[in-house]
Amino acid sequence: MKSFHSPDLLKLSSLALLMGSLMACNNSPREYQVSITNITHGQPVSPPIALLHKADFSLWKIGEAASDALERMAEGGDGSALLALRDSNPQYQADAPLAPGASIDFSLTTTRGGFNRLSVAGMLVNTNDGFSGINAIELSELKPGQSTVYYSHTYDAGTELNSELTGTIPGPADGGEGYNATRDDVTAVVTLHSGVVSSDDGHMISTLSSADRFDNPSLKIVVTAL
Amino acid sequence: MKKLIIALSIASASPMMATVLNPAMAQDLNIQFTNLTHGSHFTPLIVSAHSEGQHLFEVNTAASGSLQAMAEGGDISGLVNEMNALNADTTENPAGGLMAPGQSVSFDMTTQNDNDYLSMAAMILPTNDGFVGLDALPIPKKKGTYTYYLNGYDAGTEANDEIINGAGAPGAPGVPADPLGQGGTGASGVINFESNTSVHIHRGVIGDTDATGGISDLDSRIHRWLNPVARLVIEVKQEK
Repeated sequence: MKSFHSPDLLKLSSLALLMGSLMACNNSPREYQVSITNITHGQPVSPPIALLHKADFSLWKIGEAASDALERMAEGGDGSALLALRDSNPQYQADAPLAPGASIDFSLTTTRGGFNRLSVAGMLVNTNDGFSGINAIELSELKPGQSTVYYSHTYDAGTELNSELTGTIPGPADGGEGYNATRDDVTAVVTLHSGVVSSDDGHMISTLSSADRFDNPSLKIVVTAL
Repeated sequence: MKKLIIALSIASASPMMATVLNPAMAQDLNIQFTNLTHGSHFTPLIVSAHSEGQHLFEVNTAASGSLQAMAEGGDISGLVNEMNALNADTTENPAGGLMAPGQSVSFDMTTQNDNDYLSMAAMILPTNDGFVGLDALPIPKKKGTYTYYLNGYDAGTEANDEIINGAGAPGAPGVPADPLGQGGTGASGVINFESNTSVHIHRGVIGDTDATGGISDLDSRIHRWLNPVARLVIEVKQEK
């Protein structure tokens, strides 16, 4: 490649590209189609939330304590407080949980060049404080017509002990409590989730069954630049 | 945008590149390593950049004595000595001790000569002979930031009895400790033999919910994990 282009030619073509990309940043709307599929066996996912934001924001960080807003989503399935952290950003909140095998599609549009990160989150509702999603994925390399696929890990908010006890899990497997401000987890920071044990695997008083068990990944998320 | 800058700098420097760029060039890296588990610590990590054909471990082959010492007791001194003898570039215990669940460590490395492959290992506590590992990853040559997820391995050298008894010496049965302080006592043992005596992907721990008996001193609600167990982010600071 180097031998076929003189330095001047490279500079010229680079300048043209640079001008093109500067113009693209300048208030022309960019629209992203997002498709979320629940690929677990039997874990409904709470109404997923999504937003576009700048590089200086993230919904969570591995190794750091969860925000109260993240705790509300991870323990109770309500992502409203997370969205409220950036309430003027392009954002989406589903109006119903995402059943195993189900997909939802929506789009997010921005005219601001800085909103080039995408985050998505939803609780695995038959857990104490497990959730899945993607965090501050950079979209600026995605050209119109291109798609990227993410398979998201399952995380543990580190805000509630994974007791699996009756009354502690908000999903249909239990119908118990969701958000509770008390933090009693053995690890008090966000990590990956270690999975649920269930009564079928020796945790005899667990309210969960083998049907609630999961592995990584838990969501398939496809992002397409329109 | 980044690619454009690189293209421009290559173009302007091209008369020099032929003499400066050669396979023996050093490479500067930043390594960020994160324990992703919810209930397991990692013992001191060995990170080694080495040449093609060298390994800390290989799946489906028997563990070396040094790998066994790392996987059963967290002792990386044997592995470090072996890699030093191979002229590898090795970083030893960058976190300065145990790495708690969620903990990250970040450090710089410079690789010399043909040390274009990266390997890593650290014992997962509490296990009998489980470790987080990376076997001979080709280090990217282009400038950029690269993310990898690492899995848990079993050294195949010790039965996964899940009895916490302080034993960390090679060949001594048992789990050295649970640094999280959630381990139990009085377990009868999950199993007393190891049918796969080669390095393999760890099948996970069983645990139980009986803190003073049962088959395991590990807690099934706390000490299990799902892969991946670690995240590795390599920043390549210049082309090679």
